[in-house]
Amino acid sequence: MGFKESCFKKSLWVFHLSVGSCNNCDIEILDLLTPRFDVERFGMKLVGSIRHADVLLVTGIVTKKTKPRLLEVYAQAPKPIIVIAIGACPCTGGIFASGYNFAGPLDKVIPVDAYVPGCPPKPEAMIAGVVKLLKAKGKQ
Amino acid sequence: MGTEIFYFLIFPGLLFSGVIGGLLSWFDRKITARVQFRQGPPLFQPLYDFVKLMAKETLIPLRGSVTTFILAPVFALFGATISAVFILLPVLGVETGFSGDIIVIVYLLNIPSITYIIGAFASGNPLAAVGASREMKLILSYEIPFLLVLISIIIKSGMSISLTEIIAYQSANGAFIGSLSGIIGFITILMCIQAKLGFVPFDMAEGEGEICDGMIIEFSGSILAFFKLTKYIMLFILPALVAGLFFAGLPLNGINILWSLLKVLLVVLLITLIRNTNPRVRIEQAMKFFWIWMNLFAVVSIVLAIIGL
Repeated sequence: MGFKESCFKKSLWVFHLSVGSCNNCDIEILDLLTPRFDVERFGMKLVGSIRHADVLLVTGIVTKKTKPRLLEVYAQAPKPIIVIAIGACPCTGGIFASGYNFAGPLDKVIPVDAYVPGCPPKPEAMIAGVVKLLKAKGKQ
Repeated sequence: MGTEIFYFLIFPGLLFSGVIGGLLSWFDRKITARVQFRQGPPLFQPLYDFVKLMAKETLIPLRGSVTTFILAPVFALFGATISAVFILLPVLGVETGFSGDIIVIVYLLNIPSITYIIGAFASGNPLAAVGASREMKLILSYEIPFLLVLISIIIKSGMSISLTEIIAYQSANGAFIGSLSGIIGFITILMCIQAKLGFVPFDMAEGEGEICDGMIIEFSGSILAFFKLTKYIMLFILPALVAGLFFAGLPLNGINILWSLLKVLLVVLLITLIRNTNPRVRIEQAMKFFWIWMNLFAVVSIVLAIIGL
């Protein structure tokens, strides 16, 4: 593992994109920035523009309306980018899986690196998911 | 020729001011975290950010002007580095400046802001254009009090327009912060460098919540890293300039190194505390603040300097 990769893992800038969530996962993501969890210890921070991001957090089911937007945002992201599906909705569709506007789980639309299920997942679960992903990336 | 290149690239130019600026940016983030009862990032966080950005892909917007878009961060870095050389050589006492270098410094310090504006317009993004127009108005507002404070300093130091002579005058007759006009001028220039650095409450050009990082929205990869490095350098040289103008410079001999460090840290600490205890103001509120109150402060400082207080 080179110096560049270790720098990448220590400075993950996060862009979060809601493609049709109920806003609950988004609030749990913002919880990560509070004094109780404080992910800035690991160099993570939220950025306002996808051009600066290293991690794309996707919350909510991918609807037919938001699918083209999601693809556009993914195309605009500078590579390498990590995609993490937060919550039950982007992982499987959750309780909306049989909805008329459901456009398939997230990994049918864009490649996904990690799944954090839960409705909503706890902040601890999100941190654990990212840690497991980074460990797996280090072994490759 | 060799010494000039050494000055520009290593000390006190690109490498030195970049490293110290990175450490100060860590200090700023750590203090911010402690104010919010958080732990804060590790010491080498600015280095990690910079290397990561250098290694990432650089995207060029479809509707942008490619050459200007790529060259704007490079010129911003050049401007910041040249002003670092012109400020730090006299302030650190390495070499004397020339007569009138304080006027050159005023011009050079504007180059990063102007290249931000040019780069933002070249990216062709409407939010970047909004940010750039706000930055332009901000420059118009803070430049006048900044110049007026410099005039007050020049009057106090017996009409010398060289940074070395101003520092020498302070070493002989006591630092300017000890006088009434010096205190008022210090408050004014603190607000001006807050706006120059684009920190809260004057960060409307990069409002994260409303215009998504504003001017730098389209920048990614290595050109964003150049902008970050420019910000690190500015975070070091502006407090160093204030230390030179008000605290009798930053001499680097013996125990004075400790005092110099404390002076810079004090100015950065004040900036960080202002940043953490204030909300963002709207652009017309900022213009009103600078044009009415800060100009008034600066004029009062000039008047007090003339009558010798």
